[in-house]
Amino acid sequence: MSKAMTSSRPDGPLLSVKDLRTYFAMNAGLLKAVDGVTFDLHAGQTLGIVGESGSGKTVLSRSIMRLNLGKNVQTSGQALFQNKDLLGLPLRQMSDIWGQEIAMVFQDPMTSLNPVVKIGRQVSEHVRKHLGVSKKEARGLAIELLKSVRIPEAEVAISAFPHELSGGMRQRVSIAIALACGPKLLFADEPTTALDVTVQHQILNLLGLQQTKRDMAMVLVTHDLGVVAGRTDETIVMYAGKAVEQASTNRIFQNTSHPYTEALLRSIPKTDKPSHTRLAAIAGRPPNLITMPSGCSFSPRCPYAQDRCFEEEPPLITNEDGHTTACWYPVGTVENQAAWDKNLTAGRPSTLAVANGQIIDDVPADTVVGSP
Amino acid sequence: MAGGGKAHLRDPETVLMRAEDLVVEFPLGRGRVVKAVSGISLDVKQGETLGLVGESGCGKSTTAKSLIQLPPPTSGTISYSGIELTSLDDEALRTARTDLQMIFQDPISSLNPRRRIGDVVAEPLRVWGPHDRGEQTLLVNEMLEAVGIDPAVALDKRPHEFSGGQCQRISIARALVLNPQVIICDEPVSALDVSVQAQILNMLEDLKSAYGLTLVFIAHDLAVVKNISDRVAVMYLGKLCEVSESNELYENPAHPYTELLFGSSPLPDPTAKLDITMVEEGDIPSPIDPPSGCRFRTRCEYATERCAEEEPIMRKISKDHFVACHHPLVPVSEMAGVSA
Ligand SMILES: Nc1ncnc2c1ncn2[C@@H]1O[C@H](COP(=O)(O)OP(=O)(O)OP(=O)(O)O)[C@@H](O)[C@H]1O
Ligand SMILES: Nc1ncnc2c1ncn2[C@@H]1O[C@H](COP(=O)(O)OP(=O)(O)O)[C@@H](O)[C@H]1O
Ligand code: SF4
Ligand code: SF4
Ligand SMILES: [Mg+2]
Ligand SMILES: [Mg+2]
Repeated sequence: MSKAMTSSRPDGPLLSVKDLRTYFAMNAGLLKAVDGVTFDLHAGQTLGIVGESGSGKTVLSRSIMRLNLGKNVQTSGQALFQNKDLLGLPLRQMSDIWGQEIAMVFQDPMTSLNPVVKIGRQVSEHVRKHLGVSKKEARGLAIELLKSVRIPEAEVAISAFPHELSGGMRQRVSIAIALACGPKLLFADEPTTALDVTVQHQILNLLGLQQTKRDMAMVLVTHDLGVVAGRTDETIVMYAGKAVEQASTNRIFQNTSHPYTEALLRSIPKTDKPSHTRLAAIAGRPPNLITMPSGCSFSPRCPYAQDRCFEEEPPLITNEDGHTTACWYPVGTVENQAAWDKNLTAGRPSTLAVANGQIIDDVPADTVVGSP
Repeated sequence: MAGGGKAHLRDPETVLMRAEDLVVEFPLGRGRVVKAVSGISLDVKQGETLGLVGESGCGKSTTAKSLIQLPPPTSGTISYSGIELTSLDDEALRTARTDLQMIFQDPISSLNPRRRIGDVVAEPLRVWGPHDRGEQTLLVNEMLEAVGIDPAVALDKRPHEFSGGQCQRISIARALVLNPQVIICDEPVSALDVSVQAQILNMLEDLKSAYGLTLVFIAHDLAVVKNISDRVAVMYLGKLCEVSESNELYENPAHPYTELLFGSSPLPDPTAKLDITMVEEGDIPSPIDPPSGCRFRTRCEYATERCAEEEPIMRKISKDHFVACHHPLVPVSEMAGVSA
């Protein structure tokens, strides 16, 4: 994990996650949804978790929150929150932490709102339950909270039902509920994915504002690299259940090191490129999490993959700049350039795809350069 | 805009499809009406891609569906290849619609879950022919291959066995099988991951040149729209704000709403200036009771009294760039000031 943040705060991390793994036992085999994630998060800091659908972002945050229920769930590792291992706590003690010390905002605000209860009551009941204040005080606090998330005419809005509000307004209400007890840590799992760009922009600003005001730490889960840029201190890029790159957000963008991160960045259409610019799509699809390829999990799609990548899994290595990457041929190195040249000469399909901007839907997993 | 006017329409002789003064209203009972589309005019040339952007609920899907008469607009005209679609009887309209296909945002639910992929793609052929099974199979295979799906693997599978991106490819194959002229794409990549989105956008460009297609492409992501479009129309609350050649729009946005959209778009660049001051509620007003004058005025930082009183009309500001605003961000040149 990165040392950059650790050194900037004298006090220890608020949340320290170590080698977290969550597997689901399925009929077809063991599904490794999260496979060894480690990070530290300090008070007031924001961590972005980015990756494609199915990469394990939600399972990771739900594992820390202890919300992955079911007999088939196997979680290991540590999640130290204020030096207490959440993974070892009895669920009874977890419920004191939920909503009070750690809160969550979901993609669909309706998952945290009751459709048949007026929003004022939903907020004030939450406040009463956790803060033990009187009904009247709770109502006053609810109005204050709704104002703090910029619900116009909060005194009137408290009598609205969730369905009477727009998606953006509903998300504001669920943020108000999440903030009600002054949590130290907020998990926001794709909080704006269902919203328009303009509303997304306001909600992200609102989260940032509240975070600074409350010195709250936040984990911002998103599939959109544009959302973490400028809004998070550190970023973890996940691929097939693993953290493949982890660094300060600026470094992730400016000194991109993992070929998957590079590929994600390249595939985003940019407004500063002329119309009809060919996009660099990533060849193929993410692997099946039950029957993972051997070696590096990105190898079937990676334009730089060499024989070694198909055989040996690259370890996560942190360099002197606190930049962590799991790759044998990191972007920007001479080894990477050599791997590219070699694959191009050999005509490896996913390399040619990047070079020519073609689409290849299925790259055979056994395309190994130099093998017969 | 949130304004009217048709200065942006081109010579009818040079366009494939031209919609004028489209109005679509949905009665809600008790005399209340949703004014989903309030006087929009658009045209698209053969082989061109027209992008349509705006926030959710602004009427993009309603506009698109009215172009293919599903349902027909409350008022307005739509001429396609010289035929007035709004005056066709059901039979003639069904025939005309084989030329005009539509694909939707949610790729998985837009395919019938109980049918096999081979049947899903062949379905339009059962009605329109060719009726020969062998010919049908050839066409279905060709289309699946064109969208990068291996027919040998896919034909007997059902939609839930495919990822979102693959389902979107399959729905594109189905739209292509009748050899249409125009494909209306309603947010076809909004539900997809960036990597899959890039594959689909590249593929649409390839199909467009291979089959000589004309596209109407709806999205809320400005970068996506710019990438695929030749010309872009920005929509707000049932009206058009700005219409421009795509590169020009992004270089010189002239409408305050376009500026707002640009300022809100998340850029994958941590050094880009981020306006973090905007936290206020900026939801779009209700289309049941839209603001008077310019419909954007309740959110516009440049609004004046005039904006509440008078609806702005589309004006030309440069070669292929038009704006409906009383106080545009780019000066309306005197040369260009004459409207059609
Ligand atoms: N309860 C469960 N039982 C079995 N598999 C599960 C369970 N929950 C999640 N998974 C699997 O774990 C993997 C990771 O899922 P997760 O929801 O964390 O992805 P994500 O990165 O959040 O994706 P998205 O961007 O779509 O939200 C997926 O393959 C998913 O199908
Ligand atoms: N069948 C309908 N009945 C009533 N209102 C509708 C109907 N379809 C759409 N609307 C309303 O019309 C407006 C425009 O909707 P739509 O075209 O779906 O917007 P967009 O595609 O831009 O998100 C919205 O206010 C929507 O709620
Ligand atoms: S170069 Fe090798 S190790 Fe690095 S991402 Fe590509 S396949 Fe994986
Ligand atoms: S300046 Fe006036 S006319 Fe122009 S967008 Fe603003 S409110 Fe509308
Ligand atoms: Mg998720
Ligand atoms: Mg729509």
